[in-house]
Amino acid sequence: MNSAPVFIASTGTISSIGKDTETSLQSLENGVAGMDTMHWLESSHKGKLPVAEVKFSNAELASICGLNEHIPRTALLSAIAAKEAVDKSGIDLKSGLRIGFISANTVGGMDKTENFFKPFLADHSKGHLRNVVHHECGSVTEIVADLLGVKDFISTISTACSSSANAIFFGARLIKQNRLDVVIAGGADALTRFTLNGFNTLMILDDKFCRPFDENRKGLNLGEGAGYVVMVSEKIANTLKTKPTISLSGYANANDAYHQTASSPDGAGSYFAMKFALEMSRLKPADISYINLHGTGTQNNDIAEGTAVKRLFDPVFPPMSSTKSFTGHTLGASGGIEAVFSVLALQNDLIFPNLRFETAITGLPFKPVTELLKGKGLKHVMSNSFGFGGNCSSLVFSKS
Amino acid sequence: MKLYIHSSSAISPQPGFTDEGFPAQIRKPESNRFDVVEPEYREWIDPKLIRRMSRIIRMGVAAAKKSLQTAKLEMPDAIITGTAYGCLEDTGVFIQRMVEQGEEMLSPTAFIQSTHNTVAAQIALLLKCHNYNNTFVHRAFSFESALLDAALLLEENPRQKILVGAADEITSYSYDILSRFDIYKKNEEVGDKLIGSGTTGTIAGEGSAFFVISGEKNDQSISCIDDFASLYKPVDAGETEKFIIDFLKSSDTDIKNVDLILSGHNGDNKGDAIYDALQEKLFGGIPMRTFKNYCGEYPTAISFALWYASLLISENAKGSPKKILIWNHYKGTHHSLILLSAC
Repeated sequence: MNSAPVFIASTGTISSIGKDTETSLQSLENGVAGMDTMHWLESSHKGKLPVAEVKFSNAELASICGLNEHIPRTALLSAIAAKEAVDKSGIDLKSGLRIGFISANTVGGMDKTENFFKPFLADHSKGHLRNVVHHECGSVTEIVADLLGVKDFISTISTACSSSANAIFFGARLIKQNRLDVVIAGGADALTRFTLNGFNTLMILDDKFCRPFDENRKGLNLGEGAGYVVMVSEKIANTLKTKPTISLSGYANANDAYHQTASSPDGAGSYFAMKFALEMSRLKPADISYINLHGTGTQNNDIAEGTAVKRLFDPVFPPMSSTKSFTGHTLGASGGIEAVFSVLALQNDLIFPNLRFETAITGLPFKPVTELLKGKGLKHVMSNSFGFGGNCSSLVFSKS
Repeated sequence: MKLYIHSSSAISPQPGFTDEGFPAQIRKPESNRFDVVEPEYREWIDPKLIRRMSRIIRMGVAAAKKSLQTAKLEMPDAIITGTAYGCLEDTGVFIQRMVEQGEEMLSPTAFIQSTHNTVAAQIALLLKCHNYNNTFVHRAFSFESALLDAALLLEENPRQKILVGAADEITSYSYDILSRFDIYKKNEEVGDKLIGSGTTGTIAGEGSAFFVISGEKNDQSISCIDDFASLYKPVDAGETEKFIIDFLKSSDTDIKNVDLILSGHNGDNKGDAIYDALQEKLFGGIPMRTFKNYCGEYPTAISFALWYASLLISENAKGSPKKILIWNHYKGTHHSLILLSAC
């Protein structure tokens, strides 16, 4: 049952570097990062902390996806990326197939809830209820499921920064066990004051553009966006106009069980996630052509992840990079966005650069790729997503 | 495949967390807010840690640990939780300070503990458990999704023993906000007659319930989940009726063999009407019992129902039910069925 392949029929994404898959690819190829001074988020940290915002107002996003601009920004981002993925899949969601929509997020409707709280705290009978009606993470998923017309199966996962990687492989397992034919899976998260201030209190935000896997890294930049893949069984794949060539060949989830927010020094959770994902795909470390690192740019993550990579891959290290140097850390969306980038890497035979890298981390015998690499014959790409609560997940995508 | 429940435990508005069985003295709601009876946590959690934990973390971790202890399981093969609202208390504390202090001088503690996966993470941390760990946050399908995730893992490896559960908390903020949506009864309407009150509205509930489940039966198994399913946004009662009929058919169950329907009646006469209508039509003659008079209404209340149904079955006394169909809906948009049997 585990060997039944699950194919990637299409992708959809929106982030600070592009409004869809094509424009995101152009930015990745051209080395254009999405960080900037804060423009849309209303925060007292405006001008002090750079963020990687999607370059549209809520009203503009709403007009793109045909939803109401007063719903949570996370739902608007989710709707745009999920619709792109569905439209490009060539699959008619109303053709009687068993369809699932599994979406991850961590903030739900927090961007609206935090606006609600100002009048509410002064007087509990005040504050517009429309600002809390979609507070729940699951509500964001339902807005988009209703827009897409998906009803057979819907679910929402929230495991901090590994959320959408878990959503993708939960979907793959539902296909493998023949419970669903088609699954749209990934995740979304919008920037909020809540998360910006939360990460700021942890003192892990860089006030310059982040520098993942650099010895002199100072922290992460928060970003926002959404990323989805449409996954199908082999049976459905064979009915599509263009048969998909990329499959999700391995995945694993492990817990670091060390600290609520910090990674263990040896990156135990990251190591287990990568190791078990490799085992599942029946690959050796040397078979991996590219690792899309979690690589947030914090002191703690990068040394823990690097140590785990060293333990698993030593002595031959595949090319690797953190595309968070382009998109910032999009939290619950990152696993979905980076799954899309991993698929793009395989489809276009590209390895994306790790921007702003200068100095290798002391103690790590490798450094990330700093230039766009073309034509390396990519076959297997690993994508890492690690989060608060020790939740670590790795995905392996393979080209047939 | 069948999922065997090896142990279960719940912290709920009912007393008697440490007792075996359902409390002899049932606690009745005295207002439209039905808070849990918190047990003495020291038996389950290091006192130094209790102080730092918000209520949902305490009740989640304690119920999880008791389930593991009863099942004599030190290290589960997976920890999977469901929560609709997540850690509301810590979320509320952080947001309040952020607003009142104008985003200045904030401390990270509440933020760190506000993420939805905190309960599952804390359990893993206390057990030093590196195994599979997941958290579902899909409104009134949160627990059902967690159960499905566990079922998928057990399909792949039936010998595994998985800790699966749900937790949701009421806070003063969430209660005040939800009250403004007119979903709760007036306090004077609450009492003996919550179910069948004839008025609209329900009461706010909360709780945690955890289970150790496996694809294999052992001498600890107390009950067995034959099948479960969910239905999202039925267009009418006919679709719900078809969903129930199809479920019974696909699980090969003759309704005459079901001894008890455990229904999600919550006292809201509008929402409860479908239970009553379909009881007559589909379940004629089969006794029906309710559970939200014991736990109140909240999106993961079905986890309490599973705990309660499992207790009823495991009593194993003369006349105790051998097969229970749990049918719950939340706001009419989220219907779920769980078929539970003696094993």
